[in-house]
Amino acid sequence: MFEPIKGLKELPTEEPLSPGHRLCPGCGASIVVRQVLLAAPKDTIIAEATGCLEVSTALYPYSAWNRPWIHSAFENAAAVASGIESGFKALARRGEAKEHPIIVFGGDGGTYDIGIQALSGAIERGHRFLYVCYDNEAYMNTGIQRSGGTPLGAWTTTTQVGSARAGKQETKKDLVSIVVAHRVPYAATASISHWRDLMTKVRKALSKDGPTFLHVIAPCTRGWRFDSEKTIRMARLAVETRLFPLYEVENGVYKITFPVASPKPVEDYLKLQGRFGHLFQPQNAAELEAVKKGVSENYTRLEKLSQLTSQMYTQQVA
Amino acid sequence: MTQAQTVRVAALQGDEAVAEAVRQCDVDVVAAYPITPQTIIVEKLAEYVADGRFRGEFVPVESEHSAMSACIGAAATGARVFTATSSQGLALMHEMLYNAAGMRFPIVMAVANRALSAPLVLNADHGDMMGSRDCGWIQFYAENVEEIYDRTIQLFKLSEDPRVMLPSTINFEGFILSHDKERVRLLEDESIRRFLGRPNPKHKIDPDGPLTFGAIATPDTYYEFRMQQLEAMKNALHVFDEVEMEFESFSGRRYGAVDAYNTDGADVVMVINGSAGGTMRATARALNAAGEKVGVLAIKLYRPFPVEQLVSHLAQAKAIVVMDRSLSPGAPTGPMSEDVKSALQLAGLAKPIMSVVYGIGGRDLSTEDGKNIFGMAKEGSAFGASTVMYGVKA
Amino acid sequence: MSWKELAEAGVVKGGTAASYVVSGWRVKRPVINEAKCTNCLICWIYCPEPAIVRHEGGKVTIDYDHCKGCGICETECPPKAITMVREP
Repeated sequence: MFEPIKGLKELPTEEPLSPGHRLCPGCGASIVVRQVLLAAPKDTIIAEATGCLEVSTALYPYSAWNRPWIHSAFENAAAVASGIESGFKALARRGEAKEHPIIVFGGDGGTYDIGIQALSGAIERGHRFLYVCYDNEAYMNTGIQRSGGTPLGAWTTTTQVGSARAGKQETKKDLVSIVVAHRVPYAATASISHWRDLMTKVRKALSKDGPTFLHVIAPCTRGWRFDSEKTIRMARLAVETRLFPLYEVENGVYKITFPVASPKPVEDYLKLQGRFGHLFQPQNAAELEAVKKGVSENYTRLEKLSQLTSQMYTQQVA
Repeated sequence: MTQAQTVRVAALQGDEAVAEAVRQCDVDVVAAYPITPQTIIVEKLAEYVADGRFRGEFVPVESEHSAMSACIGAAATGARVFTATSSQGLALMHEMLYNAAGMRFPIVMAVANRALSAPLVLNADHGDMMGSRDCGWIQFYAENVEEIYDRTIQLFKLSEDPRVMLPSTINFEGFILSHDKERVRLLEDESIRRFLGRPNPKHKIDPDGPLTFGAIATPDTYYEFRMQQLEAMKNALHVFDEVEMEFESFSGRRYGAVDAYNTDGADVVMVINGSAGGTMRATARALNAAGEKVGVLAIKLYRPFPVEQLVSHLAQAKAIVVMDRSLSPGAPTGPMSEDVKSALQLAGLAKPIMSVVYGIGGRDLSTEDGKNIFGMAKEGSAFGASTVMYGVKA
Repeated sequence: MSWKELAEAGVVKGGTAASYVVSGWRVKRPVINEAKCTNCLICWIYCPEPAIVRHEGGKVTIDYDHCKGCGICETECPPKAITMVREP
């Protein structure tokens, strides 16, 4: 079991991430890191993929990490974590070291696309770690290029808006489904706007003896084109419009942890971001409809999965 | 010289000898992906795991890139780490080889050399390791199975030395050495354990004193970080001597960075690495018995390149033949030939040099071939001309 | 700095970023109206830096060395106790 999140005042006062890093003002990624690490034990070890978060927080001789932290390459954070976990396992067996919780941070770039193999392999082997994908929906660090996590219709520098094409033509990869297909003990989505839900999920995940996964929406003021003070508002709207549902899958059982009974219009979310501006032009009406249809279909799918799986799996989960 | 403490003599394949050495070296983590002709290493280790004879963690990663990545993660914990690969696998982890060296992790890797695709072939040449020769790893080449066994053990000691802290490889030809059984005088578990001790790196993951590994650099600092690596590579030359001396004290065996046979007073010295060194030595012995003056200089330590020893053994040679078992398309000669020429030039020595490429894609080299190559050297027209592509069907 | 003086392999102690001042990034700075502030800590949990400092037995304050002026705190503060004020 795990220690429930009581309130903000009970959280540690010692900051796991130190200020003075180079992330943009209003960056969603650092809020993800802060909330995740405030919920996690102090001896947590971090493995990280190349990306916005990594280059901005570890620029020699400055490091913003008040936790043991290692970065090596872009596509291999999960493989590095596998090595850390194995190293400590072997050393602990000799009595030379103790094992510690491991959290992996990867952006959508390092997770959906180039990092998917390492993630899949590490999960299949059953290593104990929590993989947190902070999803800003494009390769932001290299200049806002599209990723497998970029949503349908979004402008990026490699899915430009013009007369022949307007934004990304492909839908967003369903990353959590891919992870769940590996039969992990726990996978969930989270939003920095709903900090209690996020932190509870972190603690729940860390209590599992195996690979767990958290997909967190990390709004990007630069890449999504909105003013920096709106980051949390954007994350909140994503949830309230059902565009980014908050759910968890525990041993195959789906549960929507923050049900949205009366969703706000998806347009409320889209119209605040420059990357979706073109969807409101009459010639792109069909694309806008496709986006909205995708949102409602996805939420319905999750509702049905919750009903179905709660009946299929009768075993009580610990 | 101390009496060798041999536990038993076994007939082992090169791959088997590696697995046995890894078991004896108290390795903590092996993260590896199978590829012909290295597969026997991982299969043997898996047997040891099942028998409870290997008590480290065996991580069956999903690719070689992940193998090296997992090795990096494990090395950061302060664990003793090993992996093995060949050819395409080595090429796939190319990025991470530089990474491991740059992060100064003392990972040890066995490479069962195999030619690179395309076209795909399973057999040996040195193209795989030569293609990654600038990665910053210490690189050895073995000539026989017992040497593979000994080197694997030595490499942990060399890599983990605080003056070095660089990853290292032992290279040996696929099938020729990886699969053929040869006599190995195995050493005692305890002698090896005493020789190696346990890893004690200056930096490792420790929640009591959080460290940051792999921070990015800028043009202001990158060059200097690489200089640190180059200095460590330089140190490896003399640390290696110490390692071999200590290894000899309990094994009775020593190889050196180069092996010189009859190089003093030789008319022609054949410079070569890998298993064919033995073939050329046998060739030379036969030729010398018939009145020729042939020497053979086997390069065992390739990176750092043993310039001083090379120069000292070639200084008196009248002519030199350098034999490369890999290609460098578009370059004047093969890779090792370039190294030899540079070393001699730096020493101010001008020698007639014949560059020969042989054994590509597993093409065999016999003592008959060795005699032919000597014949070409004696005839002389191939000196200074373009590289001899020996054995290709014209 | 000579290559001999650089940290070996670039390994650094964690948390050294705290000495790096980013106040120059700001266009506006947050000002907390202490009377209105209920110390709910919402600004603290949403600050990306963090540039909001908790105090034992006291209300939060802004760390102006590390505040980049993003304005999230003003937007999210429930009692509207924070105001973003233009830097002079």
